[in-house]
Amino acid sequence: MKVSLEEVTKVFDGGVTALDALSLEIQDGEFFALLGPSGCGKTTLLRTIAGLETASSGSLRIGDRDVTRVPPGARDVAMVFQDYALFPHMTVADNIAYPLRIKKVGRAERRAKAAATGEGLSLGGLMERRPAQLSGGQQQRVALARAMAAQPTVFLLDEPLSNLDARLRLEARTFLKKLQHDLGVTTVFVTHDQAEALALADRIAVMESGRIRQLGTPREVFQRPANVFVAGFIGSTPMNLLAGECVPGDGETATSWGHQIDVAGVRLPVPEDIVTELTPGDKVIVGIRPEYLTESEDGIKGTVEIVENLGTTSLVTLTTTGPSVQLTVPEGREPEPGATLHVTPAPGRLLVYRADDGELIDAP
Amino acid sequence: MSPVQVVRRIGFYVFVALVTAFFALPMLWLVTAPFTRNPTLSVSWPDFTLGNFKHLTDDPNALPSLYNSAVLSLWTMLITVAAAALAAYALSRVRVPGRDGILYLLLLLSSVITGTSAMVPIFQLMFKLHLLDKDIGVILVMTGGLLPAAIFILKDFMDTMPKSYEESARVFGANSFQVLGHVVLPNVRPGLATIAVWAMVNVWGNFLMPFLLYRTPEKQPAAVTLNNFYTEGGQPNLALISTFSLLYSIPVVIMFLFVSRRYGFRFHGGIKA
Ligand SMILES: Nc1ncnc2c1ncn2[C@@H]1O[C@H](COP(=O)(O)OP(=O)(O)O)[C@@H](O)[C@H]1O
Ligand SMILES: [Mg+2]
Repeated sequence: MKVSLEEVTKVFDGGVTALDALSLEIQDGEFFALLGPSGCGKTTLLRTIAGLETASSGSLRIGDRDVTRVPPGARDVAMVFQDYALFPHMTVADNIAYPLRIKKVGRAERRAKAAATGEGLSLGGLMERRPAQLSGGQQQRVALARAMAAQPTVFLLDEPLSNLDARLRLEARTFLKKLQHDLGVTTVFVTHDQAEALALADRIAVMESGRIRQLGTPREVFQRPANVFVAGFIGSTPMNLLAGECVPGDGETATSWGHQIDVAGVRLPVPEDIVTELTPGDKVIVGIRPEYLTESEDGIKGTVEIVENLGTTSLVTLTTTGPSVQLTVPEGREPEPGATLHVTPAPGRLLVYRADDGELIDAP
Repeated sequence: MSPVQVVRRIGFYVFVALVTAFFALPMLWLVTAPFTRNPTLSVSWPDFTLGNFKHLTDDPNALPSLYNSAVLSLWTMLITVAAAALAAYALSRVRVPGRDGILYLLLLLSSVITGTSAMVPIFQLMFKLHLLDKDIGVILVMTGGLLPAAIFILKDFMDTMPKSYEESARVFGANSFQVLGHVVLPNVRPGLATIAVWAMVNVWGNFLMPFLLYRTPEKQPAAVTLNNFYTEGGQPNLALISTFSLLYSIPVVIMFLFVSRRYGFRFHGGIKA
């Protein structure tokens, strides 16, 4: 079912504005991620969709129904809480069957459905246990099974993977993606982990202080962060964000339109599609991912300060005359600390943001 | 171990033994005197006679008063637990301005309500309400006295329960009573058991309120009846008093054993369960 929010604002009693005139449309069947740093309002948004919080203003629709004032139980959504919220006094079977108990389904049918759902999530042998006797991963699957038993039109998952340890998290991630794909039910999940959002979601909303800063597919969000906030947030190695200024080109390097960007004394070409958007004197911030910086003859010059092994690559931090710059180098090509290196952005990978508002300068 | 340490150790044990004996002697008396033909105030080897129990059954008020005590205790317990559960849930989950202040004030007043200082006003109140000499009058007064502490203890239990349990149930469509019955109460069962037993023991042992509010001897509970065992000569009838006391204390002991077996002895909000 489609979920649409229109200008939803949530102000808490204490005066905290957790959601700030937020509009959003989540498509039917979509696996949708709400991503952002802690305290940006992700959970509040999810709880507002669930009905556990009531929007201070704005409207919320699930499918074609306006549910802004509808109580949580009547919205046909199921939520998996960050702590899973399994009932400690009930067995796994009773937990999974709980939504059916509320719907007054008979005992025998309840048990059969709970068993079938549990079986589907490999909980077969655990049905008579209590939640406290399960591992984190098992508890998570019980919580998912219980949500599935409710047969909702929308699933809401609050940080579904954050309580699992690192190894299990990857497994559970793959499992979750497959499950969502098989069920095909609209699913909204909250995460503060950008890798999780990129890996799982069909689309991501990146949030900051109650607003959406960018909405797009993982590819769009990763390749073209719409502003420096998103640029700094997305990516497992933080993007280099270097202050610079647009300057007139100097003679022979002044290829097409003549302008260049000066970053700490180094001249970088302005990406071709935005040359008309910049005039000399404009202050900008240049964004370039460490993965897209390569060693070259000239370009930004720096001294290798730190080399961090990331497995198949290494992250190298260079000190330059300006801010430090990070790049990744392939396995086996690590420079020695103290060595001098020149780096240039890979063609087409340079992003330019306006310095005043931090927004991406896009092709006209 | 040096001689000084040995002496110290021996001294310590002698001290402990004396203290233990001080508290154990009355207990010992309680279990021997009922089986002794003519018990005195000192502990003596019992004759293993059941004659005192026979005498007790001859007293028209003795055994019925134990039944009266049970009725009072059970009703007070039921009303206290039910009302405290609802009130504690509401107080734990709804933001009431000045909530903690109100609770502390109630707690303070409750010790006054069933105490000696409120005897006269309570008597007058019950008189005006035509509740004198009625079970319901005593039950209500006792419940009123117990409720604040019961609410306080239960609220403590409910405060520590994650809200997500209830929210989860609500998202699945449970209404408030279902949330309470399916999720909240099962999770605070130790708290409910604590206040249930505590309320029963309190009523079982309360002398003042029934003494004040009942007029008819037949309606009096055991705590008051115990006061009436005198010989014709006006002397306390130790045979009947000890025998009755033994019967009177057995239910309390059983309840404590039950709670400790079921939940273990723990401190909850400063009250030992
Ligand atoms: N019940 C509440 N009362 C008051 N403020 C709240 C409440 N819940 C959340 N907040 C505030 O709203 C903001 C957003 O919180 P939340 O949605 O939990 O963030 P996130 O899940 O993104 O970490 C935070 O500043 C938080 O302190
Ligand atoms: Mg959160």
